[in-house]
Amino acid sequence: MSDRGERQKEKIRLLLVDDEIGFTDILAKRLGKRGMTVTPVYTGTKAIQVIRKQDFDVAVLDLKMEDMDGIEVLKIFKKAYPEMAVIMLTGHGSEQAARDGIAHGAVDYLTKPCELEDLVKKIREAAR
Amino acid sequence: MDQEKHTHNGYYYSLTRNMLLVIILVAVTPMIVVSSIILYQFDISYHEKVHAHLQEVILKHKNDIDSFLKQKLGDIRLLAKTFTYEELRNESFLQDRLELLQQIYGPVFVDLGVINDRGLQVTYAGPFKLGKALYSNANWFKRAMESQYFKSDVFLGLRGLPHFIIAVKENVNGDSWILRATIDFVAFNNLVENIRIGETGFAFILNRKGEFQTKPLFDLIPAKVPYNDCFKDCNVCKEGVCIMEKDDEAGNRFIYVSALLKHGEWLLVYQQKASDAFSDLRGTIRVTIAIVLLAGISIVVIAFILSRKMVSRVAEADREKEMITEQVVETGKLASVGELAAGIAHEINNPVAIMVEEAGWIEDLLEEEEFKEGENLGEFKRALGQIRSQGRRCKEITHKLLSFARKTDSRTQDVQLNELIEELVALSSQRAKYSNVEIHSNLQENLPTLHVSQTELQQVLLNLMNNALDAMEKTGGKLNVSSELEGEFIVVEVADDGPGIPEANIARIFDPFFTTKPVGKGTGLGLSICYGIVKKMGGDIEVRSTIDAGTIFRVKIPIPSDQQTAV
Repeated sequence: MSDRGERQKEKIRLLLVDDEIGFTDILAKRLGKRGMTVTPVYTGTKAIQVIRKQDFDVAVLDLKMEDMDGIEVLKIFKKAYPEMAVIMLTGHGSEQAARDGIAHGAVDYLTKPCELEDLVKKIREAAR
Repeated sequence: MDQEKHTHNGYYYSLTRNMLLVIILVAVTPMIVVSSIILYQFDISYHEKVHAHLQEVILKHKNDIDSFLKQKLGDIRLLAKTFTYEELRNESFLQDRLELLQQIYGPVFVDLGVINDRGLQVTYAGPFKLGKALYSNANWFKRAMESQYFKSDVFLGLRGLPHFIIAVKENVNGDSWILRATIDFVAFNNLVENIRIGETGFAFILNRKGEFQTKPLFDLIPAKVPYNDCFKDCNVCKEGVCIMEKDDEAGNRFIYVSALLKHGEWLLVYQQKASDAFSDLRGTIRVTIAIVLLAGISIVVIAFILSRKMVSRVAEADREKEMITEQVVETGKLASVGELAAGIAHEINNPVAIMVEEAGWIEDLLEEEEFKEGENLGEFKRALGQIRSQGRRCKEITHKLLSFARKTDSRTQDVQLNELIEELVALSSQRAKYSNVEIHSNLQENLPTLHVSQTELQQVLLNLMNNALDAMEKTGGKLNVSSELEGEFIVVEVADDGPGIPEANIARIFDPFFTTKPVGKGTGLGLSICYGIVKKMGGDIEVRSTIDAGTIFRVKIPIPSDQQTAV
């Protein structure tokens, strides 16, 4: 219980980037309930704007978005804010692209739809 | 389909026919032209050669006969000049002279006679009783009196036998007298009769009236011999010998070679059937025609075989092309179906994910105090759990769809072979049930983990199992899939008890495009792809088959080196 309290004190600041609004919103709520400060954004452009104003510990980044390619967003993230850990979120069958993400500085990847507990575990590992 | 096949056959038939005609035309035409030219030239030169030969022979004989006559005349003239009229009037003296001549020449001279200017034979030496014979009215006597010497035509005369006369006129005291010699017809006749060439070639002599001066070998009617033409021709011919070819009434062609004798009074005629004279030529023509015919037949046979072979190659190439086209179309179709499936799967994925997450969110909320006391909490949790598990099921379905749709994933990963086999057996069980096939798996436990591409290995095993099911589709049977460790390899055996593979096909079974399935059913690529995949893994695939007993495919897959120590 003390462990959990410690974590709550230093809440993980999470940036959630996905163009699937329904998915992003519900995921933000659920992660928020698990003690994270979640900022959901729905476009790559918006995400880039947000990181200029705010600091984050971890970003969860969808690989395929309508306005920008996830890898491109990742490159900008790593350039502007190298300390922020990035986890790539990918559709089934594009693991290769996710691995490319790791080559460009992402810490991990997850295949969508994923179990929430797996995601939480990976975010916590990335935040350490 | 039948219509199409028929059109195809018609196309190849006309292709074969055209090719055959072209080859025959190209090969036979020059052969016929060249052999005709050669034959024509040969015919001309052979004719010339035969004509030249005959001319030479006749010229030689003409000279022989001329010199025979000249010699005999010379002998008689010598006799008349050497001895006086008085001496020759002595019968025994004349007899001696005759005997002397007969000693020298044989029986060429038959008799000798001295005739005075009134035509009375004053002395006679010879076998006939012609002493005191009177020749004053004889034609030859009149002619002999007109010139210095005279050679008569053949005639019967007083003795009633064919002969001719050589007469020499001399003067004594202003009166003329004649020394006459009779030349034996047989001796003279032999000169001409000896001219024989081939079976039908013979010679004879005619006078200007068309009367035979020698006895022709064959019965001959003088009128039939175109001697008038010969006489005419010979006057203009060079070297005194002329040659011509004429058809007789029966249509037989004859060669006539003629030469003038005795200052143009006699004509030596040589006659031969053209067919006989040119029999060698005809033989050569027959042989040539036979060779040309034989060559023609060989050309036709070769052309036939060649065109059949070429067309069958063309047909084979066409078939392969058709098959590849079909393959491409099929692949294209599959690809578009795959893309469609992938698109749908992707579209479904997101709403399902949201549904699952929303259910999760409700679960999260139910954890809060205010809901904990709700009497239906348990039912809520069960329903949410159901939503989550059904959502997961949807996810699995879309994952499978996406797995099939995307290209073969050749990335290597850790694969538990037995799990893979069990999955495939489960996948095939529905189809096996329809075909009345029982699937048994006999898997060795605790096999080492393989490090291969799962999708590729899956493709290989699925292909082998599908082939086995295809083989037993009508009859039903048993399909045994087993795995076991064998040294550095894991061996998977897929064994069926279907009809088996004929010996002739075993060697070609892994060849690309080799299939025994009906057109449109099989591409002939399945086993060839399997072979390629297994070889790439560093493994091996082999087949054993017995007709009516079944077929066993053995796939050997190498164990990764780090696993070998674990074993």
